[in-house]
Amino acid sequence: MDWITTVDHKKIAILYLWAGGIFFGIGGLEAILIRIQLIKPMNTFLDAQTFNELITMHGTTMIFLGVMPVIFALMNAVIPLQIGARDVAFPFLNALGFWTFLFGGILLNLSWVMGGAPDAGWTSYTPLSSTGYSPTHGVDFYTIGLQIAGLGTLIGGINFLATIITMRAPGMSFMRMPMFAWTTFITSAIILFAFPAITVGLVLLTFDRILDANFFNVAGGGNPVLWQHIFWIFGHPEVYILILPAFGVISEVIPTFSRKRLFGYSSMVFATILIAFLGFMVWAHHMFTTGLGPVANALFSVSTMLIAVPTGIKIFNWLFTMWGGQVRFTTPNLFAAGFIPTFTMGGVTGVMLASAPADFQFHDTYFVVAHFHYVIVGGLVLGLFAGLHYWWPKMFGRMLSEKLGKWTFWTFIIGFHLTFFVQHFLGLMGMQRRVFTYLPNQQFDLLNLVSTIGAMLMGVGMMIFLTNIFLTSRRPADAADDPWEDGRTLEWTIPSPPPEYNFKQTPLVRGLDAFWKEKMAGHKAMTPSEPVGSIHMPSATILPFLMSVGIFIAGLGFMFSRDEFSSSVMSFLFNNYIVTALGLLITFGSMLMRSLFDDPGWHIEPEELEGR
Amino acid sequence: MMKTWQAGKRLLPMTAALGLILAGCGREDLSVLRPQGPAAESSFALMKLSISIMIVVLLVVFSIAAYVWIRFRRKPDQNEIPKQVEGSFKLEVLWTVIPLILVVVLAVPTVKAVFAAGNDHSGDKDAIKVKVTGHQYWWEFEYTDYGVTTAQDLVIPAGKDIAFELSTKDVLHSFWVPSLSGKMDTNPDGTVNRFSFSAPNEGVYRGKCAELCGPSHGFMEFKVKSVSGAAFEEWIASMKAPDSVLPDDPALAETFKSQCLTCHATGSMQDLSQAPNLTGIGSRESVAGILLNDDTRVDGAPVEENLKTWLHDPQSVKPGNKMPDPKDLGLSDEEIDGIAEFLAGYTLD
Repeated sequence: MDWITTVDHKKIAILYLWAGGIFFGIGGLEAILIRIQLIKPMNTFLDAQTFNELITMHGTTMIFLGVMPVIFALMNAVIPLQIGARDVAFPFLNALGFWTFLFGGILLNLSWVMGGAPDAGWTSYTPLSSTGYSPTHGVDFYTIGLQIAGLGTLIGGINFLATIITMRAPGMSFMRMPMFAWTTFITSAIILFAFPAITVGLVLLTFDRILDANFFNVAGGGNPVLWQHIFWIFGHPEVYILILPAFGVISEVIPTFSRKRLFGYSSMVFATILIAFLGFMVWAHHMFTTGLGPVANALFSVSTMLIAVPTGIKIFNWLFTMWGGQVRFTTPNLFAAGFIPTFTMGGVTGVMLASAPADFQFHDTYFVVAHFHYVIVGGLVLGLFAGLHYWWPKMFGRMLSEKLGKWTFWTFIIGFHLTFFVQHFLGLMGMQRRVFTYLPNQQFDLLNLVSTIGAMLMGVGMMIFLTNIFLTSRRPADAADDPWEDGRTLEWTIPSPPPEYNFKQTPLVRGLDAFWKEKMAGHKAMTPSEPVGSIHMPSATILPFLMSVGIFIAGLGFMFSRDEFSSSVMSFLFNNYIVTALGLLITFGSMLMRSLFDDPGWHIEPEELEGR
Repeated sequence: MMKTWQAGKRLLPMTAALGLILAGCGREDLSVLRPQGPAAESSFALMKLSISIMIVVLLVVFSIAAYVWIRFRRKPDQNEIPKQVEGSFKLEVLWTVIPLILVVVLAVPTVKAVFAAGNDHSGDKDAIKVKVTGHQYWWEFEYTDYGVTTAQDLVIPAGKDIAFELSTKDVLHSFWVPSLSGKMDTNPDGTVNRFSFSAPNEGVYRGKCAELCGPSHGFMEFKVKSVSGAAFEEWIASMKAPDSVLPDDPALAETFKSQCLTCHATGSMQDLSQAPNLTGIGSRESVAGILLNDDTRVDGAPVEENLKTWLHDPQSVKPGNKMPDPKDLGLSDEEIDGIAEFLAGYTLD
């Protein structure tokens, strides 16, 4: 119950981590099934329909329900601590964001047991995703599940923007903010501008499917290419929503384990902003083969290539952060070290893809599959691993085992390169993506076998990581405040795990890497900026949970509003939108409660603070 | 700009070496890395240029990384605090400017090639015009100047520019012959795409659908047959022969007419396009695009056997396709075999 009603950012972080971890596991299982099917030509392990459902759900699950929540987990766990705040700006909304994400994710995955998962690819291109070609409810689960989950992301993004703008500790100007806080800030800004696009797109597609609208239907005057534009205007910035937080993690981990400040901090900030800006200018490079014409293709080619410049700045700044430092290869830094070359490889193939006439060949082949897995797995997932190992002691008060961590790293990264490096060649040799099998004698056989073996090895790496978590959880919570000994930012100044009010006294920030600065001045702790006083805390509440349950019920009701049920009661309930109305009633009722009953929260008094 | 060209020149030998290495990858009739026509060669040239630049970048990053990892590893007795360097204006400008130059080196030929690829031959009197229509899961090829329609095997005269007009009857597909040219999507009516390529060398090339289009997306293959100009004219002439061929056995002929010819067209019935045109199916490269016809059995089975496999259970060969199971239409095994035998002998000579 405590977990259902919590509004504490640290607990919500743990909720995000568990929920995201479970969805990540489901997505990983789907990936393994996909790779088993492709282990040899003309394999019959899966049928074509199931395979298409698996690739669709693998992509959708990993992006929206796997890595995004883990990113949010890290942001929630770390950001208020890094900027010296006692919580996020809107703790109630923070909980609401988590619960809508979770119920959206559950709705999407219910499709496996409720008559057919979505099968039109994670991009859901129309007309394949229209009722004419995808008659099961699969794509409805996709549109409505993602809509609900997307709500949570948007809420979270806005919350972080407000938190970072208004709640920084005294003295922490924007240019003294830790890099992870910066990337969270920019990521949240991208969410704010990109998610409304997918929201609109999903509404249009839902209307096409459930209410027979004609937005994407040629016969009714619609245009399927419109969907591609809407999807990618969201979809390309989404890539940066994913990768920028990883950049942030790497920018925290490398300085800590090199005992040196980040090289070129201001150019890092500038590069991050530039990447975010350019991220909105390049969506049509996903559509070079759609027939946009040479002018559009040329413009989007060049704008895409330009992203290489700020990204290159980042890579070299990281390398020169280590230059002249004292590099320690702890598990987090091992992942950060693996990140740099791996992500660079994903980046350079991105520049190759940007060249439109060459992309006519790369597009929709395994070359692209290799490229974006290098970026998302080799970049983001390695970044997340680095961040999780780095902040685990802060989140849970327990150090993960270094030995098992190193095993995780080596199995995972070797498996990763085995899986995806060969896929570049598969694509160039003529293997298109999203094929459930392939004819023999095309020289695809050996490379696919290698790829599948690599995927298994990545699975082993994940199992070792889970073992590490399990074993660690059974040990006493005895991590030091600053367990890596060279912590530079504010989160390392408070106990591990932090008390629910985070900072007894808000610290005074006197420069970049505030804690490091104090340590160098010979201090053991931060200088406080206020006397010890009564701390205001928000009350726990079940309303965010109820609101999300309501939306979940309304979504299901809307989705099945036109179905014929064997039982007439069910038909009556669904066909008259009674279920939909009931769900909305729960949601709006909860909102009304929230508005009508003023909740002043509660206080932790100074005596209690000193008593600890 | 001078520097740009010098950088380009230095990359040349590497480009050439890479070309040689990459050329070892894949089948000649399928691989992007073994281009067989000018369109694919133009893509390949850009790929070689970009790979060369990128390998240089990777080498630089990898060597700096390896150096710092080894050189600046913390030693057990190391306790002094390293100098906290803020950054270096000069260095940061350096790694802003160098990527910019590399981007320019790649962008200039890219833009040139984009406009060259956009140059379609639809108005060219000399080009062969082909209307390509994607269907779940087969390809229809209509030679508009000749009034000829065929399916699955695209026959073209070697060396001539082929001007394509692409569209689809159902979902999005993408028309791709890797060794001859990059791909182009087929959109529904209203947004017709045009592009062109040519195949200087005679031969058979493998084509694929590159856009997810349903369960049998992976099986939506086709062949491009590049033949001599004379052979092409001959092929057109025999496709235009007005007589519709029927099985010799009158009962079987009746079955074929009433069950197959309601959807499929043969000979002069060029207007039916809800199913693949069957004219000369016995001389095609494959049945249903994926059952390869090969009397030597090295890479497939004889055409008659393939036709039998297909007709006895079309769904198991290509899941989700629109062809009704002949058994459901009331055809007996003997009738199916008879029709397969007839179709196998239905060649263009």
